[in-house]
Amino acid sequence: MAIELALMANDTKKAIKNSPKHLLGIQDLKVSEIKHILNEAKQFIDLNRSKNKKLDILKGKTQINLFFEPSTRTQSSFELAGKRLGADVMSMNITNSAIKKGETLIDTAMTLNAMHPDIIVIRHQDSGACNLLSQKVNCGVLNAGDGRREHPTQALLDALTIINRKKNIEGLKIAICGDILHSRVARSNIYLLTMLGAEVNIIGPSNLLPKDLEKFGVNIYTDMKKGVKDCDIVMMLRLQNERMTSSYLSSNREYYEYYGLSPEKLEFAKTDALIMHPGPMNRGIEIDTMLADDINKSVIKEQVELGVAIRMACLKIFCS
Amino acid sequence: MINKKKYFLNAHIIDPCNAINEIGGLIINEKGKIEASGKRVNKNNIPSREKCTDLTGKHIFPGVVDMRVFGGEPGYEYKENYRSLSEAALAGGITSVVTMPNTKPVIDSVSIVDFIQRRGRDKSKINIFPTATLTKDAEGTNMCEFGLLKNKGIVGFTDGIKSIQSPRVMSRIIKSAYDFGCLIMQHAEDAELSKDGMINEGIISTKLGIPGISDLAEKIIIERDLSLLEETNCRYHISQISSRKSLDLINYKKDIVNFTTGVSINNLALNENDIGEFRTFLKLSPPLRTEDDRMSLIDGINKNLIDVIVSDHKPEDEESKRLTFSQAATGASGIETLLSLALEQFHNGSIKLEKIIEVITHNPAKILKINKGNLSVGTDGDFCIVDINRPWVVKKENLVSKSKNTSIEGRKLQGKVISTFVNGKELFKLK
Repeated sequence: MAIELALMANDTKKAIKNSPKHLLGIQDLKVSEIKHILNEAKQFIDLNRSKNKKLDILKGKTQINLFFEPSTRTQSSFELAGKRLGADVMSMNITNSAIKKGETLIDTAMTLNAMHPDIIVIRHQDSGACNLLSQKVNCGVLNAGDGRREHPTQALLDALTIINRKKNIEGLKIAICGDILHSRVARSNIYLLTMLGAEVNIIGPSNLLPKDLEKFGVNIYTDMKKGVKDCDIVMMLRLQNERMTSSYLSSNREYYEYYGLSPEKLEFAKTDALIMHPGPMNRGIEIDTMLADDINKSVIKEQVELGVAIRMACLKIFCS
Repeated sequence: MINKKKYFLNAHIIDPCNAINEIGGLIINEKGKIEASGKRVNKNNIPSREKCTDLTGKHIFPGVVDMRVFGGEPGYEYKENYRSLSEAALAGGITSVVTMPNTKPVIDSVSIVDFIQRRGRDKSKINIFPTATLTKDAEGTNMCEFGLLKNKGIVGFTDGIKSIQSPRVMSRIIKSAYDFGCLIMQHAEDAELSKDGMINEGIISTKLGIPGISDLAEKIIIERDLSLLEETNCRYHISQISSRKSLDLINYKKDIVNFTTGVSINNLALNENDIGEFRTFLKLSPPLRTEDDRMSLIDGINKNLIDVIVSDHKPEDEESKRLTFSQAATGASGIETLLSLALEQFHNGSIKLEKIIEVITHNPAKILKINKGNLSVGTDGDFCIVDINRPWVVKKENLVSKSKNTSIEGRKLQGKVISTFVNGKELFKLK
């Protein structure tokens, strides 16, 4: 097993060498590149659980976190990941910055670029913002979520969590349920999980499903019980409150009744099915609060833990 | 100064208005009017002492009439002004343009019309036919003074980049336009259905994570308006359509009511795949749709369901496009490339040359009721000389327009305007 991994790592290093220096989305990656990132991350899991967590792989490197949208777990995860690898990490506070004074993304990019960072981590409310940034800077760009498009490190940490528990992704049946239309997590996961050979079921009300989604090689369900049937993984997505006011949905109560993960609906999945959620959760809206905390079923905390390892792997690979 | 007569010989003349498609000559008289055109004009009936221009291998078309142009004046002179617009138009063989009223302030009153007409006379080298808004401030609620504005020389009424959303207001506009014999040009897009949308709703919008615009947003407005026209059939033109669904509806309604339809050259030459990785220059309204939609629009021209091709020339400065896709302005500069890009459809065998010329000269003039877009004896000498085979590459630094937001940067085209004449004067000559 260890030899196999090592061989694979060797193989994938070549693949990464030829690839661009940015991580903008899962859709730009090859299977070998994904496996390489996952393998790198595995090394960091134990490190993060040990007493001395500091490495000097990125010593002397500068990492800038540029978050245009509020974020707790992703931003702190990236910050910790960078620090544990020995990088100098700076998190820009957007509320006090020139962006509030009307500076455009390109100007911000050029300003930061002049300070010679080695990597920029960006989250932005507009799809494609990271692509635009990557065209204007000389360093690597890591996408920490752009609009509805992609959230690649989330999908990677989800994959690592699944592999940690189920050994393999290939052949698994995975349900993704909730507001797919507005979700970058769903999109990145659809690309990644189908690439690694999982069968993906997408579940949501028609109003929250984007058009032509079936062309991505997934099964679409509007009936949750049918969608989770025999699944190994049930991944729930966060439902944003403003969806109620714009007529996507009628009420929280009705949504929970039909699309919330309850013990009753989970019965339809495999008995050893795992529950995942990218957070932050709306307990009692998309997920039953007991289920969310059920240590035998829920791996939600593990997702957060492995998130740091994944981000360390991404920083290591794309920061050189 | 007395102008001399001008003689052009051995050109391939296409003048759809007069059903001319033949090798022949053109004579422009001292006043800049057309004296004769066609095969009867040849070396034998021209006095031997006169100097003639031999145009063997070249084409003469009537000056192109572009029915949808954003001129920039007043308010957006930093994007385009009448002078830069004229130069750009002439370089593309265009001699008449219909300007959209979405300026600052919007063109919705007699006094503003007065102002732009004077500016047009002073600064423009081409014929400018202004439109005014259907409603005050283009807000879709209070009707403009159709009668008074028409008397001032307004050729058509449109809210430009917006549709009239209220069926009640639209039904009243149609009745009033009927009384005054005014032309309505509707930009068909339901604002509610297309809210927040930026590109075609489909696999590309899902992949890019950009809110989509359903093709139903266009169809619903057309369906509503054509139903209203069944009651009162005023002069009505759909500015641009973009989808097969709209075309099918138009096909069905064609025998029931009288109306005309336009299409943007962008929707004929590009599809949603061209947006690639967030190319903001391809953020257009109506949006680029699927290849199937594009093919249907070409079919629509061949079947006479679409009457006009427009450039939908919407100059935007660098600052409005160097942004994320969501923040970037909508529209592309296109007046210089309209004719050349339309010729692409001839070269690839999709549309006959005569048809292409018809939908950019005679048809728009007929809809607007202006005596342009033809080479009839006695009309203004507005025409262009074109080498339809000459290859060239679109480069933004070579564009004359003040704004360089072309949708076809780097495209290899075949067919270039050699010179353009307005009132018999050569105002553009290819260097």
